[in-house]
Amino acid sequence: MRYIPNSPAEQADLLREVGVASVDDLFATVPREVFRKSPPPLAPPMSEVELRRDLGALAAKNAAATCYASFLGAGLYPHHSPAFVSQLLLRGEFLTSYTPYQPEVSQGTLTAIWEFQSHVALLTGLDVANASMYEGASALVEAFLMAERLTKKRTRVVVSKTVHPEYLATLRTYLAYLGLEIVEVPAGSDGVTNPAALAAAVDDETIAVAVQSPNVFGLVEDWSVAAEAAHAKGALAIGVVNEMFSLALLKPPGEAGIDIACGEAASFGLPASFGGPLVGFLACRDGFKRQIPGRLAGRLETPDGPVFALTLSTREQHIRREKATSNICTNQGLFALAATMTLTALGKHGLRETALLCLSKSEYLKAGIGKLGTGKFAVAFPGATFNEFALRCGPPVEEVLSALEKAQILGGVPFTRLAPGSGEHEDLLLVATTERNRREDLDRYLDVLKGF
Amino acid sequence: MSDHGHLASPAPDASRLDRRRGSSSIFDASRPGRRGVLLPPLDVPGADPEALFGALHRTEVAGEVEASEVDAIRHFTRLSQKNMSIDANLYPLGSCTMKHNPRINEEIARLAGFAEVHPYTPGHLSQGALELIARLEAALIALTGFARITFQPSAGANGELAGCLMIRAAHVKAGAPRKYVLVPDSAHGTNPASAHFAGYEVKELPSTPRGTLDPADLEKKMTDEVAAVMITVPNTLGVFEENILEVTRIVHAKGGYVYLDGANFNAFVGKIRPADMGVDVMHMNLHKTFSTPHGGGGPGAGPVGVGAALVPFLPVPTVEPEGTGFRLDFDHPDSIGRMRTFYGNFGVLVRALTYILSYGQEIGEVAENAVLNANYLRKKLAPFYHLKYDAPSYHEVVFDDKLQAARGVHNIDVAKRLMDYGFHPPTMSFPLIVPGALMIEPTESEPIEELDAFADAMIAIAREAEESPELVTSAPHVTPVGRIDEALLAREASKAGSFAPVLRAPVRRS
Repeated sequence: MRYIPNSPAEQADLLREVGVASVDDLFATVPREVFRKSPPPLAPPMSEVELRRDLGALAAKNAAATCYASFLGAGLYPHHSPAFVSQLLLRGEFLTSYTPYQPEVSQGTLTAIWEFQSHVALLTGLDVANASMYEGASALVEAFLMAERLTKKRTRVVVSKTVHPEYLATLRTYLAYLGLEIVEVPAGSDGVTNPAALAAAVDDETIAVAVQSPNVFGLVEDWSVAAEAAHAKGALAIGVVNEMFSLALLKPPGEAGIDIACGEAASFGLPASFGGPLVGFLACRDGFKRQIPGRLAGRLETPDGPVFALTLSTREQHIRREKATSNICTNQGLFALAATMTLTALGKHGLRETALLCLSKSEYLKAGIGKLGTGKFAVAFPGATFNEFALRCGPPVEEVLSALEKAQILGGVPFTRLAPGSGEHEDLLLVATTERNRREDLDRYLDVLKGF
Repeated sequence: MSDHGHLASPAPDASRLDRRRGSSSIFDASRPGRRGVLLPPLDVPGADPEALFGALHRTEVAGEVEASEVDAIRHFTRLSQKNMSIDANLYPLGSCTMKHNPRINEEIARLAGFAEVHPYTPGHLSQGALELIARLEAALIALTGFARITFQPSAGANGELAGCLMIRAAHVKAGAPRKYVLVPDSAHGTNPASAHFAGYEVKELPSTPRGTLDPADLEKKMTDEVAAVMITVPNTLGVFEENILEVTRIVHAKGGYVYLDGANFNAFVGKIRPADMGVDVMHMNLHKTFSTPHGGGGPGAGPVGVGAALVPFLPVPTVEPEGTGFRLDFDHPDSIGRMRTFYGNFGVLVRALTYILSYGQEIGEVAENAVLNANYLRKKLAPFYHLKYDAPSYHEVVFDDKLQAARGVHNIDVAKRLMDYGFHPPTMSFPLIVPGALMIEPTESEPIEELDAFADAMIAIAREAEESPELVTSAPHVTPVGRIDEALLAREASKAGSFAPVLRAPVRRS
């Protein structure tokens, strides 16, 4: 087999050296009744020629966003990634290295992690960010668990229902058996978290309060609402972000009283890849860093220059197990690196310019919908949005999407896909724009709506 | 790095100095006015963020990098040169299965039809993605014997958690959640942590002198208060639980579930179906057994296989056949729910299926050669390193530093010295029952001459430990940086403001 270097003759040499007659003798302590007597029921080995043909045919059955004008977002916003990023990611020293537990031979990975942490800290306006989390929803869970450790003995978490429904669903899964109650605060009729309702839900048992901005309807929320509600009762405030480009134009959570920011950083050039791998993030105030979950790279100045290593590890598998603050033992290494490379290329100016492109295209589309004059479509909520908004559809959402698809447009995400079976917001379509959408795509979108 | 087998000079050489150039972060190298991308022109009226956002408007992300594409490429290329990798080095990290990462896997995962598909693409336009998941599920069922596989978990430990949550949900449904999970003292540290997050108290099972479980002891501890036993096969000592059938029988007799940590699946893939051993639930680390790249620490993927009894509790969504195609199915009323957004680390699944198809029915050769290579190293190294548990080894062998410690040389020193010989260190942080562990897993990817070179290096270090221990205890000598004082770093990191992204003063460059 091509991935096993030793030839059959060399394998025979090794067997002789080891002192056994056949390879099955090495499995002598396996009970015979479970040891397979014939090969597993799989096809014969495939060559690269066959793999390309077989799996290429599968790939061809999918609608690559590159073949459509895509307005799909709802928590995952595929932006442009510079060409060099995917090429450098293929360098074996990045692709095929392990977790940098041995810093002397992992300075490349460690420096990049430290840079990722720095980008996230700058964007969120907080002091410390970790090396990344699995993805946004589990990052929110970890933010709450971290807050639980910091507030001690409190039993309730409060979360606005304008947080992405899949984040809420994930939270319910993880918290099911930890003795923590989840209080979900409904949105106001304007689609934004109601400050009074949020404040009323917080009490002395509250661990933390989480809001998302832009929220699941694309609406900009004021972080200070969560911060004030939480801090009034000694709880912590968590800010969720899953469109990181918004932080180029919007006041960051750290400057508005948020204690822990978390969410999804896939916007920085990650391929959509049917929803994974992504790259979650978590950042917090300096005073909370000992409780930050996941990995953390630190920087040490030496006479020869800075060196980097994982540090403050209260969580990894080599820590005394009953004290582990989390069972996570991976970060999203390669994809955090991809985000870091993309951020480096974009830089301070590219970040803001990209964000302005996203915003301007969304505003153009919203204005066009306002001027349709058919009475069949409306922007659902009046508040400010960044690059996504909820479109209220008179005609059934599926029919609208179908008509758009005929015009080679993936028109948006039906709200019902985020929370199947909930029956909520069946007339809403979430429409997201990025720098990849052209004016002609936006005009074609509006033309299709006009046809209803 | 030196060539294998050659003792390198402790003095820095020219290439080392060269590698250090540009070694600080890109933030230190940022220069005002530089740009790395050209964006498409604004083809619609420009929106005014200040008017739209008012007081919530942010005018700049202060401190962000300004760098050209050249700066970026050079920086990251130089960073890469400071990493060890499987592509260049044998990476004998026990329990991590650092095997070759075939590049066809990367190519297939990068096909636009996989990489550019948004997870909310309508079902009729994402049939290929759903079919890929269904095909991987079928392949893993063929290899494990389970009823179903979920692909929700993002990594192995996340799969452990999903498994523990399913076990809990099943017990709750049956009337009582139960209270304890039993975990052997040789287990991976994530096992007790995962059980804890499912609300269980963990009780430890001591290993026998052979390094395996004691069925008589288990029989005593396996009460109807015990929800599950989490085992690893072969365990972290590289030893197969010869009494596995007895173990699973005892657990089932008391209504418990057997959780198998699949981290060591590489030792028996294609040779044993875990379900045949009585295992009820098992996670697989696709980045171990199925060759998806470790990527400097992730992403992984931790699909979980379950027997029929746990199927109702699988996370949502599942992929189900519908007509001639497939659909996502959320209609599982007893499901534990979601483990994350979307449908798992799909890009990792693509790579894993590509790998499995590459081997097909011959995948058992992976386990055979992984076990053979480990036994070859065991044979060569046994005269020089102490073997606390001498039961037959499978895919890994766990020595310790007992012989070297007499001269003040510990496992960490051996590890650091190995770097000078061009090898990554073995695992040292567990198993906890082997103090000073040197846990070596060569995998099937290593050719005989690499195994020999590694063994020669280990033997040379054993000799150095005798003759010039300070050479070992002060290692590494020829890596991009010398031994890092991690305790000092932890103290520095604990200070206020230690993670400030932007340096106050530029770093001195030589």
